[in-house]
Amino acid sequence: MKLTVQVNEGPYQHQASDSAYHFTKAALEKGHEIFRVFFYHDGVNNGTRLTTPPQDDRNVVARWSELAEKNDLDLVICVAAAQRRGIVDEGEAERNGKDATNIAPGFRISGLGQLIEGGIQSDRLVVFGD
Amino acid sequence: MATKKFMYVNRRAPYGTIYAWEALEVVLIGAAFEQDVSMAFVDDGVFQLMKGQDTAGIDMKNFSPTYSALGDYEVTKIYVEKESLEERGLTLDDLQHLVWEDEDEDWAEKDSIRLVSRAELAEVFAGQDVMFNF
Amino acid sequence: MSILHIVNKSPYERNSVALAVDYMRDGDTLLLIEDAVYTVMQGGKAASIIDGQKAIVLGPDLAARGIAKEKMIDGVEVVDYAGFVDLVEASDKTQSWL
Repeated sequence: MKLTVQVNEGPYQHQASDSAYHFTKAALEKGHEIFRVFFYHDGVNNGTRLTTPPQDDRNVVARWSELAEKNDLDLVICVAAAQRRGIVDEGEAERNGKDATNIAPGFRISGLGQLIEGGIQSDRLVVFGD
Repeated sequence: MATKKFMYVNRRAPYGTIYAWEALEVVLIGAAFEQDVSMAFVDDGVFQLMKGQDTAGIDMKNFSPTYSALGDYEVTKIYVEKESLEERGLTLDDLQHLVWEDEDEDWAEKDSIRLVSRAELAEVFAGQDVMFNF
Repeated sequence: MSILHIVNKSPYERNSVALAVDYMRDGDTLLLIEDAVYTVMQGGKAASIIDGQKAIVLGPDLAARGIAKEKMIDGVEVVDYAGFVDLVEASDKTQSWL
């Protein structure tokens, strides 16, 4: 099964990102293909590398980065939603005159078309949100 | 690849949260991909279509005019759930009159809004390929 | 085409469980995750919402919230994340009632 997962909420505030992560991990363990994980609305906040969560709790951002690295996942952050909320990569910093970037490893910023494409190319779309 | 039937489900009111607007952005961008698109307005989603939105006092962008452009983006199937409307004391008259132009009928203007019952909308959902929620 | 209706909010907070049930047709499945698992607690008003429905609940979310088997109503199947994945595959599409 080819899956696209949509994450609508940021780390910690809602369980959405956690549920999406555990679902995605389970799907990979079962041998399914994750076409893309698309982060929208506050979900883009899963892509900042600047979080310092408490040591005795899970690291939501790092967990996604690690899963992406181990499984060659495509973690896409919606550019419009990212601009609104301040998730910035090199390209965005240059384009919009920002003096810093904060994107976490394994994530890339791209357009909403990536979500649509996920819907077209995948067998299933699963949405996690509030 | 054959076209898929995309259903965008809208259940939230505008302005109190960003979901209504950001969902609309998906629909507009998605139009370029030429799938068979429908939108459904259920629960507080029906409030998105209300006429007369004036956001000057809350200093937020009034995005309600965007709905009238949906016809130009080939989004011609806009389902409004009857029960949600009635529960909220609304009728079709309270909503924007959304239309599209049928090029196969000499650009005749047709209604985009389809007022349906929950049961009818469930039937429509059953025939879709992909459901988007925000 | 069959739908896996996924609900994540508590039935006492939001109408999503009830709405999902209203939208269910023959062959559809209801999966309760996150706070929606409170639906299956015995003695709770919300339990009656899923009467007669094919309702499945995510075990890890039950355990996290201290809902032991004895506290659950009968007839609800419990799955883990792997089971969640299987359910997605078994239905033609998913509908997340957020």
